Order: sequence, then structure tokens, then C-alpha cells
Amino acid sequence: MKFFTYLSLLVLILCSFSCGIDSPGDGFEPTPVSLTIPQLFEERILPPVIPEDNPLTEEGIALGKKLFFDPMLSLDGSQACADCHRPENGFSDPRRFSVGIDGSVGTRNSMPLHNLAWNYNERFFWDGRATTLEQQIFGPVTNPIEMKNTWPNVENTLQTADDYPQLFEQAFGTSTIDSTMVSKAIAQFVRTLISANSKFDRFLLGQEELTASEENGLAVFLDEARGDCFHCHGLPANPLWTDNTFHNNGLDAIITDRGLGGFSGDPREFGLFKSGSLRNLAFTAPYMHDGRFETLEEVINHYSEGLVFSETIDPLMKKVGEGGVHLTEEDKVDLKAFLLSLSDPSFINNPDFQE
Amino acid sequence: MKKIALILAFGLVFVACNTDDDAGTSEEQKFTVAFSFTHNWDGGAIADADFDLIQYTNANGEQLSISKIVYLISDITFTNAAGEVFDAGDFNLVNVRENSNLSFTPNIEIPAGDYTVTFTFGFDDEDNIDLAYPELNSADGGWNVPLPMGGGYHYMRLEGKYINTASDEIGYQYHTIRANDMSTTPITLQDTSFEVNLGLVTIGSSTNIEVQMNVAEWFKNPNLWDLNVLFTVLMPNFDAQIMMSENGATVFTKGAVTQ
Repeated sequence: MKFFTYLSLLVLILCSFSCGIDSPGDGFEPTPVSLTIPQLFEERILPPVIPEDNPLTEEGIALGKKLFFDPMLSLDGSQACADCHRPENGFSDPRRFSVGIDGSVGTRNSMPLHNLAWNYNERFFWDGRATTLEQQIFGPVTNPIEMKNTWPNVENTLQTADDYPQLFEQAFGTSTIDSTMVSKAIAQFVRTLISANSKFDRFLLGQEELTASEENGLAVFLDEARGDCFHCHGLPANPLWTDNTFHNNGLDAIITDRGLGGFSGDPREFGLFKSGSLRNLAFTAPYMHDGRFETLEEVINHYSEGLVFSETIDPLMKKVGEGGVHLTEEDKVDLKAFLLSLSDPSFINNPDFQE
Repeated sequence: MKKIALILAFGLVFVACNTDDDAGTSEEQKFTVAFSFTHNWDGGAIADADFDLIQYTNANGEQLSISKIVYLISDITFTNAAGEVFDAGDFNLVNVRENSNLSFTPNIEIPAGDYTVTFTFGFDDEDNIDLAYPELNSADGGWNVPLPMGGGYHYMRLEGKYINTASDEIGYQYHTIRANDMSTTPITLQDTSFEVNLGLVTIGSSTNIEVQMNVAEWFKNPNLWDLNVLFTVLMPNFDAQIMMSENGATVFTKGAVTQ
């Protein structure tokens, strides 16, 4: 008799193990968070990429935000992520090249941070060398011309701080801090940096009108014979305003920075860099991977008259022999007006994203 | 009593853990059919190493390279001898260089037997609905066609460089979409998707059909393609879209069928 009772219990226990998904763990229960998906994103594009091993939680996001703004990540405690990814600059750097803790100067412009959860390719950095957001975050901390730290030192510094062990406990269930959890927390915060409230977004939602200049700028943008910007930067169907892939856009006749090719080793990819998103251009000057253009006028002039040939130039670059498509001055002005309508002041002023 | 408890417990295990739909009917067995897409230039396979090399010569004599081949197929359809039609109504965006979606299994099961197999290159007008497909809106920064050109979606982006008459390397963009004439009000649109007929195929329990694309055919017939004339801004070129659609008729063939 007892045999059957025990067997029944055993089967039920096995059932709960084999079918169970939720396990409460050891008292560690961070609060799950779902990203609030903007309407246009929800309606038009695929859901964001949230890795299964790093789900968003309130505690993780809060910890990531604290770490993002904390200079303790750098060797001498002088530099935070936010120093080169400044909220007021669309989480970019107004300097052409960011300056490391010892005064070292980089070679590329700091990339703006927004809507990175929708980077379906999961290739990060201008040259795509990081294949997850978590991996990207590992880079600057130990980069000898940036924060110049070591991960053991970061872990030790955070471990001996008053508040961090408890915050990691709350976010990840352990107060023993390691680099993986640091990157996961910051990645969680960065995934919350959503920008979706530009004038153009509101236009698409029927809440605002474009000016005649902005309308013509959009027409230039979408015209294959004039701007033809959409093949790399997307179009109103896709609110990201980038294809998140890599192109040689005719900046240099001689490639000195190999970009994607420097990482992959493939000569066919020398001089290819990721298409930047056109959101928030009002705040993210200077432009291009090396910040060579200080103004949008310079950018537009580059595509209009300044293209130069190199072996890997993208076939989408038109009339390269003539420097470009030679937009009229009116089209240039209007194109700029349209581009600025993609900027989102509420993003850079969002209190959730401030220190 | 104890036996009842045991039976109940075992019953719970099966009820709780079984997530598979019970297909246990005695009806005719049905099977999915897999497709694989391969690409060649007049018979020579196009591999990753072949991209970005000016190594091909088209029928008009221009030397050219291929940088990108991305294309959309839809409505794979199986029609049996009785005229019964099976169509999953789904689509597949093939990106050759990225090796994505080179294999595709339409979401439909059909009984074993002989079928005429067809698909649509691109979207026909019934499916070419602006903004309708988040997967395509998200692909390549947006697989869409700008609204001023009629909206909807690209059928293909074939890009590369060719050597022009001045011996310069020039980019070409052989993009196929629904033909549009923006000079008229309202815009004139013509469906330039086309049906590809792969012929009769015997479908069994694990059939794979190879679909071959000969890229050279896009430049060959019935319209001999002169890249010096037609290399760029082809999307709003109504006549060019018609010609590309006509040339597409001989691009696809049925390759190996394995069971």
C-alpha cells in the first residue's frame, strides 16, 4: 500500500520537475520588466532582441544605470560610460574623438545609443566586432585608450563599495560581483534607451504636420535619383532609420581605417562602417565614424559632391566619378530639415535616462 | 483506491507534459516539402568568395561583379492532377551573401503524389500590401518601396559593379519592384511579379526541391541588357521594370529533387 502512495508521490514530483518552468530559487526574485514598445515599432517591425540569459528586470536596469554613470569602472575612477555617451548628446560625444583617462585620443567618434534592442543583426561598434550588446560593453572598460582598467580590478572595486554587493544580490541573486553581471546590467539599461517621439514619429501617427520643406526633404530622401538615402538608412516603414549593416560610403580614396574589414580580415570589407541611425542628429554631431563632419550640411555635401572612389565603395553610391548626384541647394536645405525632424528632444531629456 | 491514485498521477503526467497536438487521425498522411535555393552564373556556382570580384561577363559584353543578391519569393503552390491547389501563402526572403533563408519549408502539408509546383517571384498585387509584413519592414533597413513609387516591397536587390565604356568601375543597382510611372496622376502601377513554374514533382515523405537561379539570365533574354544604359535609378523606370520582369522568366529552373 505504501508502495503505491510513494510511487504516486514520486510521479507527481517528477511531473512538477519535468513540466515546471518557474522555480522560485533561493529567495532571489528580481522584478521582471517588459519594454514599453512604441506604437510605430509595435505596428511596423519585429520585436526587440532580449537575450534569454539576460531578461530585463527592475533591479538589473537600475543597477545598469548606476554603473553607466559611475566612474568607478575606469582605472583611476575618473571616467564613466556617460562621459563619452552623454545623454544631452543623444548618448554620443560632441568631441570628434573621445579622450581616455590618461589623455589618449581615440580614432572613432563615439556612437549614439538608442533603440539598440532592435539591432537584429547584433553587430555593434562602427566595425561590428561585438556580436552582442553585452559583449560590446566589455570593450571600453579595458581599452587602453579609454577606461584602461582590468576586469579583476573593476570587480574588486565594486565588491568593496558600500552599496554594489547588495545591488548585485538584488539584480542577479549573488553579491559576488563578476564582469559578466556588470555587462549584463549595463546592457539591460542600454536596452531601455528608446527614442520614438520625434516630430516625424508624430507625423506618422497623425499627430503633427510636416512643413513644406520637411516634406520635400522626405521626397529627396526617398527619390532614387536624388538622395536615395533609404537604401541604407531605411524609410518610414522602419522607425530605426538604419539598416544596421556596413557600407563604404565613399569617404576616402585610400583606406586607412579598415572598419569591418579590420575585424574580419576580409579585404572586400576594408573601409566598411555601420550605417548610423538618422535619429537624433540634432544632438549627435560630429558625424561619420571618424567624426570628420561637424555639420549636417557637410554630410549632405559629401553625398552630393564629395564622394570618392575606392575599391570597396558600395554600389549604392551614385555618380561617384562626378562626386555624387549634385543636389540643388533647395533640396539640400529641405533634406536637412527632414533629417532634423527625426530628432527626439524628449529622449535626451527623459529623466529615466539621466544620472 | 491506490491504483486509482496511481492512474490519476500517470494521467497527470501525460496531460501536463504533452504539448503536441494529437494528429492521430486515420486520414491520408501529409508531408511538408523543403526547398533549397542555389545560385549560379551560366552554370558556375556562386560562392561567397565570388562576391565583389569583377569576373563575370554579361550577354552584352560588360564585365561585372556581384555584391549583393537578395530576393523575395512567395506563394509556393502545389497543384495535383485533379486541379486541387495547395498554397501556404507565405513568403521567403533569400539573402545569398548572408546565407540566410537558402532553405525554406512552406507552412503547409500535402498528401504524397505528383504536383505541378509554382511560386511567385516577388509579391503579386494581392500580397504587395504596403507595411503589411513586419519581417520585411525589418529586413535590410526596410525591404519596402517608398510610397511615392507605389509602396509595397522590393522583389530583388541585385547589386555590384561593372566596367563601363570609359573603363571605369561603376556601381549598378538592378532592383526589381512593381513597375510604376510617377509622371501620371494617379501613379500608374503594373504588377511585374511573375510566376515560376518548376514543372511536375513527385512529393513524398521528405522531398527537397532545389531551385536554381542563373543570375546571367537577368541580363540576357528576351531583352539584351546594356548596363551602360540601364545601371542605376531603375526603380522608377517603368520600362526597365517591365524588361526585368520579362528577363526573369528564364532565370529560375528546377534543380535536383531528392526524396
